[in-house]
Amino acid sequence: MAEPTLTLNGRTVAFQPGQTILEVAQGAGVYIPTLCYMKDTLPTGSCRVCVVEVEGARTLLPACATQAAANQVIQTESPRVAAARRMVLELALASGNHNCLICEANGECELQALAYRYQVPTPAFAAPPDTPYYFEDNNSMIVRDFSKCIMCGRCVRGCTERQVNDAIAIGYRGSHNKIVAKADKTYIESDCVFCGECVQSCPVGALLDKNAIGQGRSWERTTVRTVCPYCGVGCQLEVHVKDDRILKVTGADAVPNEGRLCVKGRFGWHFVHHPDRLTTPLLRKNGELTPVSWDEALDYVAARLTEIKAKYGPGQIGGWCSARITNEENYLMQKFMRAVLGTNHVDHCARL
Amino acid sequence: MTNSIAELEDANCILVIGSNTNENHPVIAARIKRAVRFRGADLIVVDPRRQDLVKFAKLYLRQIPGTDIALLNAMMHVIIRDNLYDAAYVAERTENFEALKETVAAYTPERAERITGIPARDIEAAARMYAQAKVASIVYCMGITQHTVGTDNVKALANLAMLCGNVGVWGGGVNPLRGQNNVQGACDMGGLPNVFSGYQPVTDEAARKKMEAAWGVSNLPAWVGKTMTEMLPAIHAGEMKALYIIGENPALSDADAHHAIQAMQKLELLVVQDIFLTETGKLAHVVLPAASFAEKDGTFSNTERRVARVRRCIPPLPGTKPDWQIICELSTRMGYPMRYASPEEIFEEIRTVTPSYAGITYQRLEAGGIQWPCPTEEHPGTVFLHKDRFARGLGMFFPVEHKDPAEMPDEEFPLYLTTGRLLYHYHTGTMSRRAPGLVEKAPECRVELAAADAARLGIAEGDTVRVRSRRGEITARATISPKAVAGTVFLPFHFAEAAANKLTNAALDPVCKIPEFKVCAVQVTKA
Amino acid sequence: MITCSCAATPPAQLTPAQWEKIDAIIAKYKDVPGNLMPVLQEVQEAIGYLPPEVQDRLAEGLNIPGSHIFGVMSFYSMYTWRPKGKYVIRFCESPPCHVLGAENLLQMAQEELGIGLNQTTPDGLFTLETSACLGVCEVAPAMQINEVVHGHLTRERFRQIIADYRAGMAPDYTTLTCTTYEISRYKQPPTDLVLLKNVGKIDPENIDDYLAAGGWQALKKAVTTMTPEQVVEEVKTSGIRGRGGAGFPAGLKWSFTRPLTVTPKYIICNADEGEPGTIKDRYIMEGDPQKILEGMAIAGYAVGASQGYIYVRGEYYLSKHRLAKAIEQARARGFLGKNLFGTDFSFDIEVRSGFGCYICGEETALIESIEGKRGYPRMKPPFPGVSGLWGKPTIVNNVETLASVPAIIEKGGAWYKSLGTPDTTGTKIYQIIGHVATPQIVEVPAGITLRELIDTYGGGMRPGSTFKFCQTGGASAGIVTAAALDTPLDFGSLAQVGGALGSGTMLVADQSVCVVDFVRAVAKFFAHESCGQCTPCREGTPLILRTVNRICRGQGTLEDLALLERLGAAMIDASFCPLGQTAPAPFLSAYKNFRQEFEDHITKKVCAAGVCRLG
Repeated sequence: MAEPTLTLNGRTVAFQPGQTILEVAQGAGVYIPTLCYMKDTLPTGSCRVCVVEVEGARTLLPACATQAAANQVIQTESPRVAAARRMVLELALASGNHNCLICEANGECELQALAYRYQVPTPAFAAPPDTPYYFEDNNSMIVRDFSKCIMCGRCVRGCTERQVNDAIAIGYRGSHNKIVAKADKTYIESDCVFCGECVQSCPVGALLDKNAIGQGRSWERTTVRTVCPYCGVGCQLEVHVKDDRILKVTGADAVPNEGRLCVKGRFGWHFVHHPDRLTTPLLRKNGELTPVSWDEALDYVAARLTEIKAKYGPGQIGGWCSARITNEENYLMQKFMRAVLGTNHVDHCARL
Repeated sequence: MTNSIAELEDANCILVIGSNTNENHPVIAARIKRAVRFRGADLIVVDPRRQDLVKFAKLYLRQIPGTDIALLNAMMHVIIRDNLYDAAYVAERTENFEALKETVAAYTPERAERITGIPARDIEAAARMYAQAKVASIVYCMGITQHTVGTDNVKALANLAMLCGNVGVWGGGVNPLRGQNNVQGACDMGGLPNVFSGYQPVTDEAARKKMEAAWGVSNLPAWVGKTMTEMLPAIHAGEMKALYIIGENPALSDADAHHAIQAMQKLELLVVQDIFLTETGKLAHVVLPAASFAEKDGTFSNTERRVARVRRCIPPLPGTKPDWQIICELSTRMGYPMRYASPEEIFEEIRTVTPSYAGITYQRLEAGGIQWPCPTEEHPGTVFLHKDRFARGLGMFFPVEHKDPAEMPDEEFPLYLTTGRLLYHYHTGTMSRRAPGLVEKAPECRVELAAADAARLGIAEGDTVRVRSRRGEITARATISPKAVAGTVFLPFHFAEAAANKLTNAALDPVCKIPEFKVCAVQVTKA
Repeated sequence: MITCSCAATPPAQLTPAQWEKIDAIIAKYKDVPGNLMPVLQEVQEAIGYLPPEVQDRLAEGLNIPGSHIFGVMSFYSMYTWRPKGKYVIRFCESPPCHVLGAENLLQMAQEELGIGLNQTTPDGLFTLETSACLGVCEVAPAMQINEVVHGHLTRERFRQIIADYRAGMAPDYTTLTCTTYEISRYKQPPTDLVLLKNVGKIDPENIDDYLAAGGWQALKKAVTTMTPEQVVEEVKTSGIRGRGGAGFPAGLKWSFTRPLTVTPKYIICNADEGEPGTIKDRYIMEGDPQKILEGMAIAGYAVGASQGYIYVRGEYYLSKHRLAKAIEQARARGFLGKNLFGTDFSFDIEVRSGFGCYICGEETALIESIEGKRGYPRMKPPFPGVSGLWGKPTIVNNVETLASVPAIIEKGGAWYKSLGTPDTTGTKIYQIIGHVATPQIVEVPAGITLRELIDTYGGGMRPGSTFKFCQTGGASAGIVTAAALDTPLDFGSLAQVGGALGSGTMLVADQSVCVVDFVRAVAKFFAHESCGQCTPCREGTPLILRTVNRICRGQGTLEDLALLERLGAAMIDASFCPLGQTAPAPFLSAYKNFRQEFEDHITKKVCAAGVCRLG
């Protein structure tokens, strides 16, 4: 059977049954803006930025939540769509205090990007800048600034659908809507486990990684894909670096975590820069561990290992590989123990 | 893991046993919870603690610590009795079924109830739920392995999975969750006393010859070495004189840690290579400062056998060196020059001697991690193991019997102690206790008690209590938690100042030499 | 800095007995699907409020995340997490009450009680609040004190009522015959009634009365002599269009669900009568509850459902009481339960209560509410008939629709169709309210004209009143001028003149009403009742209110009018559900019909009706 087709901005496009209009458009290289849409969660069709005109439909329809159907005739940028989309953006900009100058999300903000693309200035009917908004800064990890919140609900779906931690929900009603943790408590007083999925889900600057605030704009940072140093899941990280300092860590959209992280992966990297880090070899002299040069330390170890091997035989020497070091390093360590020292007393902490 | 993490979302039933997944592997827990919430999967949680995942479970079975085999055998008893097993699969793909049948015949649910404390009807329900699911996955962790019967526990799980045809299928499997980021890789690379990389036995002459040729040496030792848990007593006994430890902190992490410290103090040479001066480093003769994960290139292998690139984010802290460079320099000094320009060069050598890694290259890893076995560069990697055929041909049932833990509560030490991790910390805390956010959420060790035990002992929330076992004692503040079940207390092992492993029992599983961290007997009193 | 103004409450000091009550409620509902709303309602009833400590207990006991519990609670106006007075006074602010002076009365009440809005008298007796709509428009302006409604308020009457309550003479709502007026006051046509036949004639709390009036015979006929398909066909033949407002043919709806093999299926009776001006369903629920049950059971038989829910708006305490009693009696007599009339057909019904939320009248929001969630409308398709309550096929029909069903089965679809107009068959209950002499409800064959409704049943305009405009069909519909007085009141005809039949309510306004001020009252209603799910409605409804407010204060500009038009067009086009799509309609139609009046407010600072205080 032939694939069903629809007409997208005058082009005939084939699609798979079950695909949404957004998916079909993305597949066809047609841009439809989104805000509340988020991968791996159920589309809510709530922000209305992605509305498109479908011939025969009474109203515009959200592309993210509307199934493609055979012979649909769809316009993604018609004057009617443009007018509605522009108004939706104006309304989002009018709710809150979207001051890009000092906003941490500047450059990464999806609302900012859409305002730019559609050339929508902050409208005259916006709430005055001195309007009070909820602001929470009572923990070391996440800052919540509701003056930037556009109630897209992505943080809630990140929490309840992607991580299934169920710590936050949408509370209140209508224009009073607000993200609530428990009985509208602060995160630290709630069921929040600080996985930070909400921060990563936020398309604007309402939820922030506290570590990175004011530390560097997105274009000043480089990101490096690597693997989390904690448990064995092997989550893929994006490490955000500026001037050889880690500013923050986010989850990479790759297997196995597909963007998710836990509190340790996201907020547990400070040890890398900790002043307690060892920066010189230590050698015990007169009972005290004393700083020495690398050469002195390595010469000492090589000499002692050689002596002990000679005196007691290889069977009196053991070496522990580690679950914290790389495959290459583990391989070298066991090779060193076996090939150089001649011992199979090689193990690591697999049992702990 | 026999299967992949993502497959969990496609399982119709998930049996989580001996894994506090929500705290120890939160990102895998997310998959399990998604399977329950969005796919209608049935979740069975078996754990001595009423952990968070129980909220998502259809069935929660609370076993007396150390009684998993009785439960699993009884489930198989029900499954065989009611003909719920996958007869075709058993016939075609397994052997030794009759022996299993005979062994589990003695484990009626009623008998298992007496051993495990789990109501017989719940055992029956769990058996049916697991057996009748289209595809069922088993997820386990240290709650299964850290027992004197750890190996048998794992065999019992494998028996159950094979009995219901759940091995070698998408969404099924027997899935151990590895606790440390590259523990899989350390095993794969031969960081074990009995095998070279790729699990090639040191006792196999062909393997030795191959390594000798590759490494340009002769006479590689043919004997099986000691495990960590065997080395410490050997040191104690004066049978070992030198120990070179990388990235490990046995002074805190070993069962009966006091004993471990004494052992290390007897060494003629203790070399510790780490990023911090750990409790173990303080005992060393030489401490070598290593670079952290963020400061070097290489690969890690995760719990689902996925090899992925570690990339240098920042240069090594001045004064430190990546571990591979340290080993190279040391080896070179000892007359065996190791001159690798980069970790990639080392990896190229690994590929040539390790068949399961042979098809993996750094270049391929740029596109994402690859799961071994991956024998050739054209091979896509292996999502789940034992498809169509077990590695050994037929799947072998190994029937096992229940045995009591090495130490049981008595009059003097009336409570079970079980240990584990908190969400906010990792291992001995060298990394996690240096993150302000993690410390804020979990600043100190808390002894987790059930309300009933606390009331009986006159202990209130936040009281300082003394926990004592035959091996030592610690003091810490108490927390009364709905997760705790009366009769069992829980301690996290992250805190040097209240080191849980001063209390734990170093009794080992006879096969894999894992200590019984999960069960010992203690006494708790108000301090 | 933390500026949280919301849930900061002193820790609750509950007695052990109160905790026991809470635990008992948890135990009672532990395994009931969608238990959150009934549990919250019963606990609030028992304790008076739902402080965070109680929410924690419910979260643990029901295994529902605390954030979800608060998210649900804070969505519905009638839940409270702060302690309140013994009597909670709720002043209706709906447009029908507004045009009759509610705003001034609210000011008066604050003076009389010596407290501000949302405050409690020092003696702990009274808390003063507003309600977006109480559903008692025939006695506007009105208030509700706990369960009891007091209408036709004046300062004197308010004083007397407060004095009575202070003297311990608070009425027990379960002893009242009805919430407002007995139907015998109202003029009805000489034709046979279908819906109101028994109302006011039988004892609604005695099933024998209903049986004596021929009750439950239609169900018997259906299950013993007809196939489900025949029942569906009969309803199709009748041509009855849904009476909730949308006017979708009920038989057609049923015919989509009937053939589905998915089980279970559900019947939901939408009794969330929240559309301002709409009061009809209350009369049926209070006066003839068995008829609704019978209609639901027939619907259940027709589509293959065995469970029904009646979702009643929270303010209708007496309706809930009567329905619960009726269900109990019907079960006792074997009209509900297993194997009805000795057949395989089983059917039972549960009453669920809304708790102060207009949007839950939208069928998918209602379903979410029954499931224990915030009343957020769902995307359609899928329609509830295919995937509704708990994802199962669900028929949602209005009270009036279901109450028509027994007669259709009894007398036949053709008979029903012979009543009314081809567009809108059968009889229809109209509500004529506002500045008419005798606001009331009336059941007539559909299609009488607005003029006839006003003159014959509304008793004509009030003395001294002249007709200015009529808001048709409810708060979300357009307003029509005198030009529409002779339009038949059916779905099709009204739509053609810019109105809507909606729920059949006609709010008549006279010359004393400023159309701008009226639009302000409607805008306030929608700003209060927007669920907030989608951007256009969440941000648009308060923007309409702010802008119209400005115009009413003499601070408007002509750009404001242009903005409202542009905003309105976007809301119609881009809002998620009918609420947002229709919320601009009152402004747009008012502006179209009374453009000069709007512009006069702006350019001349003149309010012709003398209502707005400009400048």
